[in-house]
Amino acid sequence: MSKLDSRVPEGPLQEKWVNRLHEIKLVAPNNKKGISVIVVGTGLAGASAAASLGEMGYKVKAFCIQDSPRRAHSIAAQGGINAAKNYPNDGDSVWRLFYDTIKGGDFRSREANVYRLAQVSNNIIDQAVAQGVPFAREYGGELANRSFGGAQVSRTFYARGQTGQQLLLGAYQALMRQADEGSVEILPRREMLDLVLVDGKARGIIVRNLKTGDLERHEAEAVVLCTGGYGRTYFLSTNAFNSNATAAWRCHRRGAYFANPCYVQIHPTCIPQKGDYQSKLTLMSESLRNDGRVWVPKKKEDAKKDPKDIAESERDYYLERKYPSFGNLVPRDVASRNAKYVCDEGRGVPPTGRAVYLDFADAIDEQGEDTIRDKYGNLFHMYHKITDEDPYKVPMRIYPAVHYTMGGLWVDYELMSNIPGLFVAGEANFSDHGANRLGASALMQGLADGYFVVPYTIGNYLANYDIPEATTEHDAFAAAENEVEEGVKKLLKSDGKRTVIDIYKDLGDVMYDEVGMSRTKEGLAKAREKIVALREEFHAGVKVSGDDGFNKMLEVAGRVADFLELAELMAVDASEREESCGGHFREEYQTDEGEALRDDENFSHVAAWEYNKGGDPVKHKEELVFENVTPSTRSYK
Amino acid sequence: MAQESMTVHLKVWRQSGPEDEGEFRTYTQEDVNPDMSFLELLDVINEDLIKSGEDPIEFDSDCREGICGTCGCVVNGQAHGPERGTTVCQLHMRVFRHGETIVVEPWRADGFPVIKDLVVDRTALDRIIAAGGYVSVKTGPKPDANSLKIPKPRADAAFDAAACIGCGACVAACPNASASLFTGAKISHLAMLPQGKAESTRRAKRMVEQMDEEGFGACSNIGECEAACPKEISIDVIARMRREYLKSMFTSH
Ligand code: FES
Repeated sequence: MSKLDSRVPEGPLQEKWVNRLHEIKLVAPNNKKGISVIVVGTGLAGASAAASLGEMGYKVKAFCIQDSPRRAHSIAAQGGINAAKNYPNDGDSVWRLFYDTIKGGDFRSREANVYRLAQVSNNIIDQAVAQGVPFAREYGGELANRSFGGAQVSRTFYARGQTGQQLLLGAYQALMRQADEGSVEILPRREMLDLVLVDGKARGIIVRNLKTGDLERHEAEAVVLCTGGYGRTYFLSTNAFNSNATAAWRCHRRGAYFANPCYVQIHPTCIPQKGDYQSKLTLMSESLRNDGRVWVPKKKEDAKKDPKDIAESERDYYLERKYPSFGNLVPRDVASRNAKYVCDEGRGVPPTGRAVYLDFADAIDEQGEDTIRDKYGNLFHMYHKITDEDPYKVPMRIYPAVHYTMGGLWVDYELMSNIPGLFVAGEANFSDHGANRLGASALMQGLADGYFVVPYTIGNYLANYDIPEATTEHDAFAAAENEVEEGVKKLLKSDGKRTVIDIYKDLGDVMYDEVGMSRTKEGLAKAREKIVALREEFHAGVKVSGDDGFNKMLEVAGRVADFLELAELMAVDASEREESCGGHFREEYQTDEGEALRDDENFSHVAAWEYNKGGDPVKHKEELVFENVTPSTRSYK
Repeated sequence: MAQESMTVHLKVWRQSGPEDEGEFRTYTQEDVNPDMSFLELLDVINEDLIKSGEDPIEFDSDCREGICGTCGCVVNGQAHGPERGTTVCQLHMRVFRHGETIVVEPWRADGFPVIKDLVVDRTALDRIIAAGGYVSVKTGPKPDANSLKIPKPRADAAFDAAACIGCGACVAACPNASASLFTGAKISHLAMLPQGKAESTRRAKRMVEQMDEEGFGACSNIGECEAACPKEISIDVIARMRREYLKSMFTSH
């Protein structure tokens, strides 16, 4: 087993990042003009990285699969972004944000990375405000804060229920400013289908132009992957329809290690599934849990009743009952698992029995409907529109759904993967959230990586490494393009009975059943068999119509082919992690009270998987060292 | 109360590529669940088309929750369909009648050439933003965020303009195919905030000129854009765009 070098700087935690910044070699301004950098994905991480790199003088190419960089899925984040500003003076600090994040991640993340995240969190807010991001404000004109799942301080900045949108538009605008300056070239409707390596270093990518179907070769001295997570392995999730893992998976096939794929976040507050025609689920921001009370009937027999006919004494506010100090604000994994349990007991509410109530009646009584409208108006509106039910009058119905993936490509402290020259930022990497992500931390991490980490650390690579000469005429480009072309042709040729979506839905069912909120050794073994069978069925003949031009179902087919491989790795990782931590809950490993039971002695490590064509994946371990905090049992009682 | 399932006829614009003339084709779907969204109905129809070896109806969508601005088509003559303040991905079948024929077309505007079926090229909107729809600040150390106080009503008003999702419905709805609501929204968002004030007239001038260059028409105050906007952005932003643009006439750059 090879040892992974995380390249964490020496010295006290508080000084590591500052020291590293001082050590980093700078690329001379004149040289930068000749250096090109590819950024794939234009969500928070990608847009902010591309804009910042462009400003610094690099020649940047920014790619996205959407028709405009402004539409990346970060746009849909509702709740907010954390920072350790301590504006409300409620005792917050960089240390506390760091501690909450590492504890929230169930002590399965790298200390130094998380500390750096907390350190730069404040810069993000300053940056966003300077860009004109319209955060919520108090009447005195200062920025407003609220508390968010898993935190006992108010450190979350927000812009109504559209924080992701406003932050992404800020980054997008910075990006378009660079496009105007000529430092960034924007290439929309392009899907990265391979990474090109020359002498083992990342030197370019192959993309498919989704408008024309043409394959294109693009060369650069470094590649920054900001392509988001793999939540859509589950088919139904809150991720956007086009979110996918293909770019990351193709890098994995070229040698990049995939870390902790089993860490998946299942978000407690989504609108329950209604019919099998759905291809995605809608999240309701968990900020709703600040004022909404979660309950189900105490008795199974009452589950089918109209909620207003269930007396107060017959309701079980199970989160408040089991976790008196955090109540409805327990972390996401705890809230989700408990929703599953009460539904498994038969106490889930109609029409499917896979739902619980989120009730605002008390909050409306206490604070008045106007206050609630002011806080959550757009969320209530959205809920009403989708379900045809008015949450001001009847309790919302919610159920957990896959929302975020903490695992991702392995990166070192400088966010470089084990492939030199391939950097990975935002949700696509594994680095900061451990086994569970706290609310309002995704936006923070995406922007931290993109504005404040990668633009500096990439210089360290470009100035220090011997980068091989290559143009797009190099054999490595031709070979990669060939492989991609073969893959596309194969998909178009096959002509079976079942469509891509048919098989994809089956994959989603397997993943939710066996690799979901609660996992067992047997279940995972079963899942693996089923995934392999589905993959064989897919390759033996899946039905894809149309040609090699503009063809959305062909795009989806390529992504599903990759999900069918990644899914197996997720099952393997989940099976080998014989403990429960964060979002990874193994039924065999729990306390008498049914809480997650970690095994620090044997599993305090990152599992980074190496691709092994045709054989079992190979595991490499990065031991997690805690010098500043002592892993404790998470308790939200 | 949940309605019974329904049957609808969809008259959909099919166009195999930018050069193709295009035509309407009709598809009938039975057993439509009224809780389905309009795009979910298209998904269901597409699955059937694929199974019978036909090309599915191409349309853009992504978030399916009304925030990314990717979706957009004209439904029964209205951009994003009949419901106010709603993107077509959030339009539900319950607003239609059993037996109804629903006409579906792409955005039609010179600035938005058709790529295929209901998919159009909206990169002109990105170029308008690139012409000045930002605050010129670099990444790096900035003054503390709270050193700048902005009265809540002003911050809220700026937010209302910033809520634009860039879907292009305003252009599609406008008889002149003007992009003024889109452009005015960004100009207003930034002009209302102290951070964006310094370059507000230059911004307005450049963005308006870019809008003209892209082949979008002039605004003649018809107001269809405001009615079609899924984020209900007020036409006041166009008045502000004009003011900022006029100011730029009196200041030299
Ligand atoms: S698909 Fe995102 S707004 Fe409709």
